[in-house]
Amino acid sequence: MIYEVFRQERKGQAFAHAGSVEAPNEEFAEAYAREQYGRRGESTALWVVPRQAVHEIDDFADELQKNYHRVDGYPLKEKLGRARELAAKSPGGLSAGAG
Amino acid sequence: MDAREQEFLEYVQGGGQVETDDWMPDEYRARLIKFIEMHGNSELMGVLPEREWILRAPTLQRKLALTAKVQDEVGHSQLIYRVVEDLGKPREQCLDDLISGKSKFHNVFHYPTKTWGDVGLIAWLVDAAAIISQKALLKCSYAPYARIMKKICWEESFHILHGRDVILTMMLGTDQQRELVQEALDRWWGPLMQFHGNPIARDEDPMYVWRIKSQGNEEARQQFLDGYVPQIWELGLTVPDPTLRKRDDGAWEYTEPDWDELKHVVTGHGPKTAERLELRRTTREENAWVRRAVLAEAA
Repeated sequence: MIYEVFRQERKGQAFAHAGSVEAPNEEFAEAYAREQYGRRGESTALWVVPRQAVHEIDDFADELQKNYHRVDGYPLKEKLGRARELAAKSPGGLSAGAG
Repeated sequence: MDAREQEFLEYVQGGGQVETDDWMPDEYRARLIKFIEMHGNSELMGVLPEREWILRAPTLQRKLALTAKVQDEVGHSQLIYRVVEDLGKPREQCLDDLISGKSKFHNVFHYPTKTWGDVGLIAWLVDAAAIISQKALLKCSYAPYARIMKKICWEESFHILHGRDVILTMMLGTDQQRELVQEALDRWWGPLMQFHGNPIARDEDPMYVWRIKSQGNEEARQQFLDGYVPQIWELGLTVPDPTLRKRDDGAWEYTEPDWDELKHVVTGHGPKTAERLELRRTTREENAWVRRAVLAEAA
């Protein structure tokens, strides 16, 4: 049986996938994971998870191109340039603004 | 090469990484297995020259350090064989092929360790040469291999320091100790210069083309010379190559390594090849009961 091992390098950090161990049961999996990923104090904690228990999702639909809830939905550079140009042309103030 | 393979090739050449379950061309998978398996074999066989010295190490501290190193290297081989297994070749089969001589391991592990000077030199310079190759694998296009390489490189860094400490201690000792180091360097220089392989242009090296390796053989050797020749010289040691020099453009010139020797040794004809494979075979037989017991208890 294959167990995936995730390790946390310092407290508060995210657990990251480190590798896997093959073991006949959980007890051995724990012992092997400790040996391989923890014996030098390089990890503050490990997650040892049977491979089948990991459910991967890697297809993310974006049919409506919902970029309004992401940073890349707001490319301001071009608009800002135009706004600055406009402001420079009307030194009198904001009275002649555009929509 | 069909369109799908071409697309894959462009993906990895653009820095893309591949996971275990992703589709990959058969050639890519076969090359990965062969390369990573040889790395696993080398870690496993690499402990034997050092193992011979655990009982003969000069102090308790050195015995402990050597034991820890052996444990690390065996651990690396376990991690690496795990990656090979996920690519489709079981560990048992890797071990069968190693013992029968069907698969290879690195040239430097086919030679004897004559004195304690050899042990220090291996730990320092052989590990240094190895870590240059291994650091370049941190960017391997096969991501699971790149990830375990992070841990392996981290442990190798302490191994190099341990080796350098052994060498420095001997260089600070008696004339006889300094001679042992010089003799070891004389013995190991040839194999060290062969270690990174023939200077095939990287764009003709399939391992680079598939971005399994991220640098060419000659780049790795130049990096080794640049990093370590000055460290060798500053201790008053002589590199046994009268033509060795750094050119004005920064590249190192050296005597052509003996490629016939490299080929002869890695195809199973090194001075210690047969003896070490035989030891692997007998220990595997002797330890078979442990594997049976573990599996029986878990069942």
